[in-house]
Amino acid sequence: MSVISRGFGARRRESNDRLPPGQYLTEDFPVLSAGPTPHVSTEDWEFAVVGLDGRRHTWTWDELHALPVDTITTDIHCVTRWSKLGTQWRGVSLDHLLERAGADGAFTQVHSYGGYTTNVPRADLSGGKAWIAFEFDGQPLAAEHGGPARLLVPHLYFWKSAKWVRGLTLMAADEPGFWEQNGYNMYGDPWKEQRYW
Amino acid sequence: MTDASSWRTATVVDARQVGSHGRILHLRVSEWPGNLAGQHVDVRLTAEDGYQAVRSYSLASAGSESTLELAVDEVPDGEVSPYLVEDVQPGDQLEVRGPIGGYFVWTPEHEGPVQLIAGGSGIVPLIAMARIHARSVSAAPMRLLYSVRAPADAFYADEVDGLAGEGFMLDWAYTRTAPAGFPRAAGRIDAATVSASTIPPGEQPTVFICGPTGFVETVADLLVAAGHPPERVRTERFGGT
Repeated sequence: MSVISRGFGARRRESNDRLPPGQYLTEDFPVLSAGPTPHVSTEDWEFAVVGLDGRRHTWTWDELHALPVDTITTDIHCVTRWSKLGTQWRGVSLDHLLERAGADGAFTQVHSYGGYTTNVPRADLSGGKAWIAFEFDGQPLAAEHGGPARLLVPHLYFWKSAKWVRGLTLMAADEPGFWEQNGYNMYGDPWKEQRYW
Repeated sequence: MTDASSWRTATVVDARQVGSHGRILHLRVSEWPGNLAGQHVDVRLTAEDGYQAVRSYSLASAGSESTLELAVDEVPDGEVSPYLVEDVQPGDQLEVRGPIGGYFVWTPEHEGPVQLIAGGSGIVPLIAMARIHARSVSAAPMRLLYSVRAPADAFYADEVDGLAGEGFMLDWAYTRTAPAGFPRAAGRIDAATVSASTIPPGEQPTVFICGPTGFVETVADLLVAAGHPPERVRTERFGGT
């Protein structure tokens, strides 16, 4: 039973069926990062998928753009409780990249320029649910939002959508990434409020 | 379920205005497990009809005491902060959950030099670190660079001034209005300010920066450009772009 906060509620926000529990709408685009923003040029950028067999498959910026590019309109949800509805992205589906690595490995560790990591089950990155995104709202993705490219996994809390993404490693067993070692949930489903440990 | 995941009833025991649109709240929470300097809490408000809203706030308090301190800056058009800054009174109740966060924290066992850089209400988790530092026998040198628009905007101005001394260096930076006779002209933090007012990279400090997004972006970039390795620069940002 919650306690009542006397007089609270005068400035309440509108509710919306698309908002997961405990989230509020923002029109802004907050920035959350654990450290300085890495600045990575598209000439130097490379994406690598390392299979369970240890084989490394890589794509340059141009090679990534030679793959089919999707336009994605989706809601995004941050563990710090803001949600943004109907965001527009362009990017390449992870399906095109994961197929090169074979079918082994039920888990992944995603790696970023700057050293950030996050763990995502392989099933959550395949089947048209995740992208390497390089455009937001019709513009190249800004560095503070993860440009030149970030992971986009809209059905999980946004800390899983690693900024400045540089690759992923397939794993047989789940292992925590950066925020998962620092208090956040291993999976991060916004609709189940899987925020913290 | 861990201790930190359950909601606890908090009673407001003190509320005083700070800066031009902020408030320091003291909340008494029973069976609070204690918290590290730099951690935050979720605050939950419930209206009479059951409507709820939750936001996260950094703790200015740290250690084992069961009275928590928040310093809330009012967000225009906000839903929760205007209530906490304008409406809530001693005796009122709300709920908190936490402590949360294991990265943007400092403990006295960490012996290396520490540089704190605050923009506006970004001082809150950093004052917690400075308080723990002052209370401990830590030999770690600590330095704080606190940027505010004008003297009246500072949170904890007297306390921060009182911290300066052996083992703690203090630097103010004013972005719009500096006090009469202040040696640094009003303006945003630039490379010269970083060079003059922070622990140099050669001393290998751990750096904690907290403030609005634009402030943190700028200052973190300046520190990296000055030679601080990015992995020793920890950031916490609020607001959007």
